[in-house]
Amino acid sequence: MEFKQDDMHAELRNMYHEFAENEVKPIAAEIDKNERFPEENVAKMAEMGLLGIPFPEKYGGTGMDNLSYAQCVEELSKVCASTGVIVSAHTSLCAMPIYLFGTEEQKKKYLVPLTSGEKLGAFGLTEPGAGTDAAGQRTVAVDQGDHWVLNGSKCFITNGGPAEIYVILAMTDKEKGNHGISAFIVEKSFPGFSVGKHEEKMGIRGSATSELIFEDCIVPKENLLGELNQGFKVAMVTLDGGRIGLAAQALGIAEGAIAETVKYVKERKQFGKTLAQFQNTQFELAQMQANTEAAKLLVYQAACAKDAHEPYTQLAAMAKLVAAQNASDVTRRCLQLFGGYGYTREYPIERMMRDAKITEIYEGTSEVQKMVISGAMLK
Amino acid sequence: MNICVCIKQVPDTTEIKIDPVKHTLIREGVPSIVNTYDTYALENAARIKDAAPDTKIVVISMGPEQAKNALKECLAIAADKAYLITDRVFGGSDTLATSYILSEAIRYVETQEGKFDMIFCGKQAIDGDTAQVGPEIAEHLDYPQVTYALEAVIDGESLRVTQQGPEEKQVIGVEIPCVVTFTQPPFDVRYPTIRRKMAANKAQIPSVTSAELAGIDVARCGLKGSPTHVKSTFVPVHESKLVLVKEETVEDSAKKLIGLLSDAHVI
Repeated sequence: MEFKQDDMHAELRNMYHEFAENEVKPIAAEIDKNERFPEENVAKMAEMGLLGIPFPEKYGGTGMDNLSYAQCVEELSKVCASTGVIVSAHTSLCAMPIYLFGTEEQKKKYLVPLTSGEKLGAFGLTEPGAGTDAAGQRTVAVDQGDHWVLNGSKCFITNGGPAEIYVILAMTDKEKGNHGISAFIVEKSFPGFSVGKHEEKMGIRGSATSELIFEDCIVPKENLLGELNQGFKVAMVTLDGGRIGLAAQALGIAEGAIAETVKYVKERKQFGKTLAQFQNTQFELAQMQANTEAAKLLVYQAACAKDAHEPYTQLAAMAKLVAAQNASDVTRRCLQLFGGYGYTREYPIERMMRDAKITEIYEGTSEVQKMVISGAMLK
Repeated sequence: MNICVCIKQVPDTTEIKIDPVKHTLIREGVPSIVNTYDTYALENAARIKDAAPDTKIVVISMGPEQAKNALKECLAIAADKAYLITDRVFGGSDTLATSYILSEAIRYVETQEGKFDMIFCGKQAIDGDTAQVGPEIAEHLDYPQVTYALEAVIDGESLRVTQQGPEEKQVIGVEIPCVVTFTQPPFDVRYPTIRRKMAANKAQIPSVTSAELAGIDVARCGLKGSPTHVKSTFVPVHESKLVLVKEETVEDSAKKLIGLLSDAHVI
């Protein structure tokens, strides 16, 4: 597997970086503190094209690739993991399945407003009794001839609330388990759809995480996404790609934490020396940098494999596993170097540590990634 | 509307250092950017285009080949076309020669892009800080000019410019064609979009040399055409020292302090 970055990737990365530094970083602590969804920056990102990076221009996208998309999530997450996941959930979990499985009409109607950022997207698979175990879900869709009727609820839905377009998984044939699940495109305005409880979270507090409720929700017949009873496949393919976005988020968190720590240890003095002059600090930084660089190569490799239309399921799972574990590890070690100040909200490091933890849990826990990786090894 | 925006590629002065021995700018490793004030001129042109989408924005710059990167940056933000004005005989130009060359270049670009209704410039470059090129272009072209503009909007057949005065703002109406130089506006310069950035990357930017500028007097270009000579450059040295005044009584201390301040011409 070869991966290449050209000048365009470098230039776009600079553009993402500049936007992150100038617009995202200044409000990162505030949106975390107030659990505020950063609408103003989502609008700016839409304007710049950040909400449609890996999609063809024909469908309103920029025509760039998954590597540039991953680098965008990475740059945003260096300063604000909440903003990173808003872009990742929108792109990978909503726009991507519509692009991959949608009909031409569905793409025109739903993908174009998503890629232009006119509308935000979300994805609903998880339920109180079903996450990793997709077949355990209770949301049902009943064929009523000229429309579907959905009943049930979803929980922990990223972008739930601000999003206007949702890809929703529901049982269409309970008897068939995973082979009885179908995917639907649901608009926020459909009768019977409502957004329920907003979750108060430990980290990524600027991103919206909500419950979705379907009470006799009427979904037009043509909004079935992919084939009937093929929703499990839609979900699995979607989550494969989503892992690249979230691995990039985890990578960005680790890089951001290291950058903050390098700055701090050069200033902070103890025993007449800067922390940077202690060998423990130097060794900690060296180990974290090496591990993060290794994670970065995996993330970029997975993105490039997807761009090259090569198999990437196992690569994406490895990238997410390694990058997420590294993000938690690095932020914890960075906070230790900050000492007491790191535990206060005066510095961003405690936020980064709280944000990092979720990357080991959502869109497939680290344990699920291990199942995917070993499954490919032992088949 | 047809707008020409003149820009300059400059070193990012937030990262610049001066060689303490040679007194010249250390340019190695310093990133180049579009002069900040020029981006305000470009943003204002973009706002005019927002209101009147058939507006064309042409950006020009005089400089070496690498200034094309600055022009591409402008294409990524808002410009429709870009021209690089470049020739060895233009090297070493001071503001008088630069403004002469630019005014000749504007006349040439007009033969390709149609007559310009307005020429927008930054009020000054952040590396030279003279604020002379814009006004001099207006003189060479014999156009009316407004300097230190915060915002310019189309008002019928003329331009309504909000100008930053020393203490207050004033609104000035100016006939077109005209030259306007911009200072920092109350709004932000827009970010490039990914799509524009990709298109800018592929754009072919024509280089205009003295050969294209029919009738240009090369004796008025470059070092030969530049009456300004820099005698020396230096970094101002800021010194601070502490003097403690502690006499027998407070009154005596006060008298001593007043004497010291008076001697130092502070009071």
